[in-house]
Amino acid sequence: MKKTYVSMELNGEPVEFLAEPSQTLLECLRDTLHLTGTKEGCGDGNCGSCCVMLDGTLVTSCLVLGVEAEGRTVKTVEGMATGAKLHPLQKAFIDHAALQCGICTPGFLVAAKALLDQEPDPSEERIRLWLANNLCRCTGYDKIVRAVQAAAKEIREEKQAQ
Amino acid sequence: MKPFDYVAPTTLDEAVHALAGNPAARVLAGGTDLLAQLKGGRRETPLVVDVKRIPDLLSIRMEEGGLRLGAAVPCIRIATNPDVRAQYPALAEVASLIGGTAIQGRASIGGNLCNAAPSADAVPLLIVLSAVARVAGPGGIREIAVEDFCVAPGKNALGEGEFLVDLFLPKPAAGFKAHYLRFIPRNEMDIAVVGVGVSATVTDGQITTARLALASVAPTPLFVREVTEALVGKAPSAEAIAGAAALAEAAAKPISDMRAPAEYRRHLCGVLSRRALTAVLQ
Repeated sequence: MKKTYVSMELNGEPVEFLAEPSQTLLECLRDTLHLTGTKEGCGDGNCGSCCVMLDGTLVTSCLVLGVEAEGRTVKTVEGMATGAKLHPLQKAFIDHAALQCGICTPGFLVAAKALLDQEPDPSEERIRLWLANNLCRCTGYDKIVRAVQAAAKEIREEKQAQ
Repeated sequence: MKPFDYVAPTTLDEAVHALAGNPAARVLAGGTDLLAQLKGGRRETPLVVDVKRIPDLLSIRMEEGGLRLGAAVPCIRIATNPDVRAQYPALAEVASLIGGTAIQGRASIGGNLCNAAPSADAVPLLIVLSAVARVAGPGGIREIAVEDFCVAPGKNALGEGEFLVDLFLPKPAAGFKAHYLRFIPRNEMDIAVVGVGVSATVTDGQITTARLALASVAPTPLFVREVTEALVGKAPSAEAIAGAAALAEAAAKPISDMRAPAEYRRHLCGVLSRRALTAVLQ
């Protein structure tokens, strides 16, 4: 099938690539653009490990076509750190041992950031409900929730200090 | 996925033209059903027509007499839209219980309707809100009442080359309330064992409108017209509610499957109908 030219903004930088219409955004990110931080878990929208931000909305990139990203803005886990400085969520996941195998982690990080960007002080119930679209089969969810709560607190304190 | 062509028309006419003469073409809105089906090999198509570049399909606007909701508007925009939250709170609520957060970023209420699953959460509510579907196709524009839209499991009333443009929801009258209740064995992200949508208007202590529709208990979402006849003209009371709930239970035609046995579903129809009617008639 003939490939289509796609240009989009990826983590703040313009990128262009060729995609077959049947390639998912996830496949384009990993196989064409070589950003392998975004993971494939179930491939049908249930597990959340491929979460990215598309025009500011959290989506599962396995259920988005690469060609749909034409003219859009995409943010992935690779865009979270500032140079060598980890995002507070990334640091909190390490500090709280909120991962074991790590396949689900990029999805959890992107999804948790989407929540904290709009709600700086969510309740535990709100965090658990928001992250119900992200599955972890090894760590268990408590450490992940604690890490999100700790990162939320740190981000609020950073903002207050400014 | 098997290869297919992709077009993203920017006007209704372009979309009609793209779909014309190509009955196997599929319309893409949020993709949470279509792309999962294509990936799973449950469906094949030579052409995907992405309708999300057509402004009408992505707009939510209050009009004279009601709300016009674009067919491809994702649930997250419906759930957070100030007009929807103020005038149609039950719709905002149902938009926030379909799938998880990332699915709500893509999945649309229009897609929920077109997919025509008997368990679709939004459809009973759309029926009790008296929503009307506006459809475009080779014969021009036509309207279909939402209760007539789903015709069999996975089959809708769209003819060849037709697609859903938007849904029109009449403005709620004073005293109008609507509610959707479902039973799922988990806390979230599950398929309804039974769903019940109800609406009613109470004016001067008398029920002037009442509608009830069920999910997951028939081949299509089920509009129980008998409930309207039974309630209109009466005063809200526990007896009236119990009578209407019994009619809903009797109208259900559930099957037994891995989610629940038929008798359990029938029982739930009565319980949820009573609770939902109590919520709108109090």
